[in-house]
Amino acid sequence: MKARRVFRVGERALLVELGSGTETEAFHAELLRRRAGGALPAVREIVPAARTVLLDGVDAPNLLAGQLREWTIPPLHARVERAVEVPVRYDGPDLAEVAALWGVSVETAVRIHAATEFRVAFCGFAPGFGYLTGLGEQYQVPRRATPRTAVPAGSVALAGPYTGVYPRSSPGGWQLIGSTDVVLWDAAREPAALLTPGARVRFVVESVERR
Amino acid sequence: MTDRAVAVVRAGALTTVQDLGRTGYAHLGVPRSGALDPGAARLVNRLVGNPEGAAVLETTVDGCAVRPRCAVTVAVGGAPCPVAVDGRPVAWGTAVRVGAGALFEVGTAVRGLRAYVGFGGGIAVDPVLGSRSTDLLSGLGPAPLADGAVLPLGVESGVRGPVDAPPWPGPPDELVLRVRLGPRDGWFTREALHTLATRAYRVSPAGNRIGLRTEGPALERALPGELPSEGMVLGAVQVPPDGRPVVFLADHPTTGGYPVVAVVREADLAAAAQAVPGTPVRFVPLR
Repeated sequence: MKARRVFRVGERALLVELGSGTETEAFHAELLRRRAGGALPAVREIVPAARTVLLDGVDAPNLLAGQLREWTIPPLHARVERAVEVPVRYDGPDLAEVAALWGVSVETAVRIHAATEFRVAFCGFAPGFGYLTGLGEQYQVPRRATPRTAVPAGSVALAGPYTGVYPRSSPGGWQLIGSTDVVLWDAAREPAALLTPGARVRFVVESVERR
Repeated sequence: MTDRAVAVVRAGALTTVQDLGRTGYAHLGVPRSGALDPGAARLVNRLVGNPEGAAVLETTVDGCAVRPRCAVTVAVGGAPCPVAVDGRPVAWGTAVRVGAGALFEVGTAVRGLRAYVGFGGGIAVDPVLGSRSTDLLSGLGPAPLADGAVLPLGVESGVRGPVDAPPWPGPPDELVLRVRLGPRDGWFTREALHTLATRAYRVSPAGNRIGLRTEGPALERALPGELPSEGMVLGAVQVPPDGRPVVFLADHPTTGGYPVVAVVREADLAAAAQAVPGTPVRFVPLR
């Protein structure tokens, strides 16, 4: 296992670098657990990402950095709450291409995606956009060579090890496999984001439509 | 609609509603946003008797003009600029009483870029996630001002803070940005770090509320390949593939994939927000 590294970031932040995505998720879960239990000094933002967790707005960063290096992190255990269910019309313009990259039929590709239990590894790109992990390594697909200038809101997409759902129309280079009507982001809702870091997610087949 | 409101007569190049920003949501992809020159926003609020976090207008270069529907106390700070009521010049940097229906004009900045207009009671648009700030990256908060728009005002406190000689640091002739190297300085060559610390950069005209772009010698990477996306802080000096440093300002993305060579001290970012294109920039690494 690669050693955990802790970097100072400016005057008031720390970046903790972990050896893998799974370790990162476990470390993030431990941070939240300790914060909820009052065992973490005040931190304004805790931002998990692919291999790192950023702690911003820390009063004594050097002191905390020393502690973070020493922590023993329990393995990630299954969360007890129900998975968020996202009904999907598998009708994306890149669905056939993704199935071909996987070497399976469109129907099988849909079955694989909908049978996977995903987890929100981290958020970013736009409010409410979650990077979902869970697909096996053999199902990684490259980004499109030329990004689309406008991806419709609700598009379900794949790139690298991640699945994501676009909360609003935006440019994007991911492979589009389907669409959903669920509202990913509503600032008037608590929480505003449907998919928050650490949440479990399942995609439910509403229909399959070749394009 | 209540008459505690201002109508926008001339929106200007880019005028937005700003307070001190929305924190605590970076993990959901929500930028902090907020006034780029928060000291100026705080000060105009004190001048008109508001709490320092009340929402103000942030103009860009050419000011704006509004017509209050009620008598209201107004103060303009940040970038020095002419201020007029019904065409008559009034003082900049101090509270002015403006009558209902009068035309309140903020002119083009004489120096600097961004002026702040504080109204007694503050701009009272509905907050989103605890802030009234316009976030241009993700589209949260009120839209940038448009001619004809009407903005609600809060109730004036009637109590103005003691501000005799407000300390206005003038916009800089040279922008000195003190930085702490890292977290990804190891991704750059020693020569690149020497270049960053010793060579002159200039403020590029391509900057915006998301980042201050610079022109100057490119910083060469020591490591090839891509950095997995990671969390970004205010003041991060991100280096895209062209090698020209970008300093992240209030509307910066919460995660990013280009290496951050250094982070600018927060105290130096207000000057960055006021530096006009062409201003010389020096990065000064601190031990």
